[in-house]
Amino acid sequence: MLKLFALLAALCMCASADATESYGMPKLDIGKGGQCVEEPQWMRKNHMKVLFQQRDETVHQGIRDGKYSLKNCIECHASLRDNSVIGRADSFCEGCHRYEAVKIDCFECHSSKRSSALVQKEH
Amino acid sequence: MSDTNVQRRQFLKTSVGAAAVAIAPGMLLFDMAHGKSDPVSSKVRWGMLIDTANCADGCNDCVTACNKENGLSGGLSPTDSQWMRKVELKDMRSGRTLALPMMCQHCEEPPCVDVCPTGASFKRADGIVLVDKHLCIGCRYCMMACPYKARSFVHEPLHDQKPDVPRGKGTVESCTMCVHRVDKGQQPACAEACPNKSIMFGNLNDPESEISKKIRTVQSTQIRADLGLNTGIRYQGI
Amino acid sequence: MTSHSPLRFKNRIYYSLVAAGGLVVLMGLYAAHMMEEHGHIITGMNNQIVWGIPHVFAIFLIVTASGVLNVSSIGSVFNKPDYKARAPLAGLLSIAMLAGGLTVLMLDLGRPDRIIVAMTHFNPTSVFAWNIFLYSGMFAAVALYLWTMMEKRMNPWSKPAGLLVFVWRFVLTTGTGVIFSFLVARQAYGTAILPPMFIVMSFAWGMAVFHVVQAAIYEWNGKLLDAYAQKRMKNLMGIFVIATLYFVAAYHLTNLYFARQAEFERFILFDGGVYPLVFWVGYFLFGNLIPLLLIYHPALGKSKCILFASLLIIMGGFSLLYVFIIGGQAFPLSIFPGYEVSSSFGDGAIGLYRPSMPEIMLGMGAVGVSFLITAIGIRMLDFVPHEIPKSR
Repeated sequence: MLKLFALLAALCMCASADATESYGMPKLDIGKGGQCVEEPQWMRKNHMKVLFQQRDETVHQGIRDGKYSLKNCIECHASLRDNSVIGRADSFCEGCHRYEAVKIDCFECHSSKRSSALVQKEH
Repeated sequence: MSDTNVQRRQFLKTSVGAAAVAIAPGMLLFDMAHGKSDPVSSKVRWGMLIDTANCADGCNDCVTACNKENGLSGGLSPTDSQWMRKVELKDMRSGRTLALPMMCQHCEEPPCVDVCPTGASFKRADGIVLVDKHLCIGCRYCMMACPYKARSFVHEPLHDQKPDVPRGKGTVESCTMCVHRVDKGQQPACAEACPNKSIMFGNLNDPESEISKKIRTVQSTQIRADLGLNTGIRYQGI
Repeated sequence: MTSHSPLRFKNRIYYSLVAAGGLVVLMGLYAAHMMEEHGHIITGMNNQIVWGIPHVFAIFLIVTASGVLNVSSIGSVFNKPDYKARAPLAGLLSIAMLAGGLTVLMLDLGRPDRIIVAMTHFNPTSVFAWNIFLYSGMFAAVALYLWTMMEKRMNPWSKPAGLLVFVWRFVLTTGTGVIFSFLVARQAYGTAILPPMFIVMSFAWGMAVFHVVQAAIYEWNGKLLDAYAQKRMKNLMGIFVIATLYFVAAYHLTNLYFARQAEFERFILFDGGVYPLVFWVGYFLFGNLIPLLLIYHPALGKSKCILFASLLIIMGGFSLLYVFIIGGQAFPLSIFPGYEVSSSFGDGAIGLYRPSMPEIMLGMGAVGVSFLITAIGIRMLDFVPHEIPKSR
């Protein structure tokens, strides 16, 4: 019985897609990386609160500083390969959201591309 | 060795690896989006004064600039968004013709704000009337209410939006007075693009601003002033 | 082969009706899915005509949902026993049509996935926001009313419940009328006559729909409608139709008097193409003249005539709403009075609109929802009127 369990557990771990680590978390392409505006664990826990609450202050009160700008988040975190935070299984936003099966609504309207790359393309 | 120890080792190895990967690129190279950190206030009221005498027939530079700045397609079919348009007028009695650019008039008492069920259509403290796309459910009541036909509805899925100008299918949109530029201290794209400098942008609440001084001295009107909306856009020469 | 028993026959009809209704609803849902996926570009609506066929259906259903309760109000509030017996059916129809109307309204939204936003963010100056409360409250009020009528112990409460419903539906229909009244800029709207006009329209269309449904139920259940009750109801319907015509006439005559409205009236009544056609033929001829003839002519006025008249009145209602909602948008805004205007955005030009398949499917889907709720409701619970034997 125990052997059966152990076999199943091992199979599950082997069967995980190459985007996941051995302990199950999706592997993310964090783009430029470096120092984020907040600690990563804080961000993981609170990024939706930041997005939901901060966006109201930005839209209604015009507060657009670096820390409060979605464009800025994307500037750092867009993949260096395709300049986007969605589209690939390991894209910064897509990776976890696909894993958790939570649909991302933001990019129906917001550009998911790194703006500096777009500006370069235009020139 | 027990399974737990093996797992612990793997975890430690992976975390150290991840930390290294995270810190190794090192320097912060990200662009700072320069913007305001203070909320806007009603001490400022943004407005425009448009001189129709200098508005050249057949010139579309303001519209083109608006389209380019905001990522609009520039298409002219009935389902395409037009935030700004040139209107050709002909006085029915005298036959005099003129042209002027028409966009959201950024009223002080906007009918679109009154009718919006979710409060998505709102007036910012500094007078700019906007659509909060996070709240817009796409009912189009504001489009019915607007006396100036300023609003457009996005009829199809959009791609490649400008990062500064989010737009999406199923929501209503209109001229934002280039709020993303204004908040950086710049002029709206149309004002900057007009070759004849017919569009003057400024703070209506500042008596010493260029626009306030001009409004005090030359004749200008609001379109459909009879509706009592106190628009932020004024026109000379109608 | 022995003939099927009446019960088997009724069952057959019931299941085929439910299947047909279900199919229509599925069709509507498919249209909604297409619209959500591809956007409103697949419909005939555009930046000039922003509300189209779905809104014609929605307004008709919601206004009629309010009006059909007249039958119950006359019973509970005004104490006429003929009508009291029909009150539960009227209540069911009201809930059914309200559900249908709201379905099409919500599915036509640009972002129907944001209904939660609409439920949690309210702008107190918006009639739409008030309507969310009025419509959902209406469901509750009518459900309460039905309970007081159908639960014997609650019968003494049916009068106050009936009064609540009576007042609520006046407020609700006013709320529907002021959607348009509050639009100051459009020449077709922005007039205070609209709320009372909508209320009277609700009376007429409510009676018509009630007649049609009642006739169908009675036919398929082998019941006979008492001739006296029928006569009173048809006469009342006639009065409501005339009253609606009066309001429509007052609206147009007043508009015709104002110089600045003259061009708009000419468009709607004479040279606007489809709109005068639908108005004069669809509304005036088929929606008023012929039904009134069928109702009041001494040689006519029997059950077949009344059914036909009711159907025509419903068609007239749709015609009037088409001209009002779509024609009202097709006429350009008067942004520069005294000037001829033209632009790339349709300024000064008549808005073009052609009803599209997805819109019609969506509207019919809403009717399907109402139909299903009615059919299943009648089967499950005791809504069919118990005729009171009449002594003359």
